Amino acid sequence: MNSPQDSSVVGSAPKVSWREALSQNAGAYVGLILPLIIIALLTIWPTVTGKDITRESIFTIMLSIALASSLNILLGYTGYVSFGHVVFFGLGGYVGFYLMAVQGWSLWPAMAMGGLAAGLLAFLLGKAILRLRGGYFALATIGVNEAMRAFINNFEPFGGPVGMTLNFQVYRDYGGAAQALRMTFYILAAITFIVILVSYFVRMSKFGLGLLAIREDEDAAEVMGVVAPSAKTWAYVLSAIFPGILGVLFFFKNGSIEPVPAFRLNFSIEMIVMVMLGGQGTVLGPILGGIGYQSLRGYLLTSPLFKNIQLAVAGVLLLVIVLFVPAGVVGWLRNRFPVLRRILQ
Amino acid sequence: MDFLFTSILDGLMLGFVYGLAAMGLTLIWGVMNVINLSHGPIISLGMFGVYLLFTFLGMNPYIALIFVALFGLLLGIVIYFVAVNRVIDAPHLSTLLATFAVAMIITGLGTAVFTASPRNVDYSLGSVTIGNATIPVTRIVAAVLSVLITAGLYLYLHRTRSGRYIRAVANNRSAAELMGVPSVRILALSFGIGTMLAALAGGLISTLFPFTILAGGTYELKSFVIGVLGGLGNPIGALFGGLILGVLEGIIPTFMPATWVPVLEFGLFVLILLVRPQGLFGAKKS
Repeated sequence: MNSPQDSSVVGSAPKVSWREALSQNAGAYVGLILPLIIIALLTIWPTVTGKDITRESIFTIMLSIALASSLNILLGYTGYVSFGHVVFFGLGGYVGFYLMAVQGWSLWPAMAMGGLAAGLLAFLLGKAILRLRGGYFALATIGVNEAMRAFINNFEPFGGPVGMTLNFQVYRDYGGAAQALRMTFYILAAITFIVILVSYFVRMSKFGLGLLAIREDEDAAEVMGVVAPSAKTWAYVLSAIFPGILGVLFFFKNGSIEPVPAFRLNFSIEMIVMVMLGGQGTVLGPILGGIGYQSLRGYLLTSPLFKNIQLAVAGVLLLVIVLFVPAGVVGWLRNRFPVLRRILQ
Repeated sequence: MDFLFTSILDGLMLGFVYGLAAMGLTLIWGVMNVINLSHGPIISLGMFGVYLLFTFLGMNPYIALIFVALFGLLLGIVIYFVAVNRVIDAPHLSTLLATFAVAMIITGLGTAVFTASPRNVDYSLGSVTIGNATIPVTRIVAAVLSVLITAGLYLYLHRTRSGRYIRAVANNRSAAELMGVPSVRILALSFGIGTMLAALAGGLISTLFPFTILAGGTYELKSFVIGVLGGLGNPIGALFGGLILGVLEGIIPTFMPATWVPVLEFGLFVLILLVRPQGLFGAKKS
């Protein structure tokens, strides 16, 4: 990310030959290989097996990956713990759903509006609550989510406590319900690709370096010329837009929306757990975390031994990770095997 | 007008109990800067403690509270050493997640054992009439006990050696260590007292309302609001925060639908965090 202007300012920097520049640039993309391969494999897997049930479970995994990766932009790169991140998923979902169910919009513009609504909320909130640090910020995000849930619960245009349902006829425009289900899967895959690319390029950019600096020491970062308030706000907006879009897609597939599932605080915390499990602040981490968490959850829910106490088992595992592997899988591998650092971004 | 009087009186009574519930959370925050996300499930355990002792041993609920308190204290100390001590100096995310993991464990085991069906402690002391307001005696007892426990906590923190140690550690842990305060033991004790207060509050609530193993979550969220109202880290301020919340909950439904209560509560919560993060009663910055 060295622009020509930078080197001319330094003056003493030697001119880089195009060959070196290319190899450096190629090096910069090495970290993208593994994440993209994983997403590509997940995308084609249902077609390979040809089973609808596989597609459904991969839908859940992919949704987790996309949400965790968005959250990671704020949580992992910037170090701000958004405990109520589900508010963007819920609000985006509600706005998009309202446009589809009541105003008769089609899915695409509804998704765009869902993302816009979430981004706008993050922008307005960011100006205010990102001033708070540490635990106070985490508490404020919980408060925002609870306030929003309670508000939507009373907001009659959005159906109040009953929520809204899509008329089954809507799916006919997309070639029937089965076809619509298949379509949502591929849209999700495309969005996940975009989220991963955004996550990667943010991490590699000057903007991303600024965020990492804020994470390490916000005051020092400001002294070094990072405009922290605006950088934080944009990180927040970026991490909110995708959950907003995904909310619309999820509830479109679901066919109905209600306040409680849309703003479930535990869902937020699950996102954090996935980010932690895989490794916060890395691109690959949330991907592995999403896959790992959902597979584990699926196993615990179906295993006869752990079925009844799956929550407690998950809690024990979370505790072990927090206490002993705080850097997550990717962070641990990076520390243990420095050779892998280029590949594992 | 009479209706308003009843609502306010009712709200005040509840407010004391709410305050007690929040006190544990805010004490732990004040001493070690940890937001205890296992607070809610521990309140639930307090409820079930009283419920089990009352239903199966026929013990008076207020006697049962003594055992619940002891259990809460010990549980808190265990939780501290298992989950918190190792990450006490790590970034906030670690302690948040560690205490949340504890919450998952308690809730998971609790649901497996007790299921999520509602219970209640079928215990009544009749009711008294003040003006036109009729108030169950259990509610008055709960309010009085909450005030007594708060007073006890105040005396403990200000008059005893270990209480002073707790305040010293809250004020400046490294300085306290230099003065010879055994900080790890004091932190564990503070965490224990925090969970003890949560369990006590749960026990008192169980004599007022029906509950499930998940009911603590509601009171945990209320505790956040109260803690912020009274100033996080200021246990005595929590009592006043509780009163404010209780009265709000009493008054709001008299002029708008009761479902708007949480909207206003959490709106107020976010607003106060933004405008006066030290709380309405200005806790000292530690």
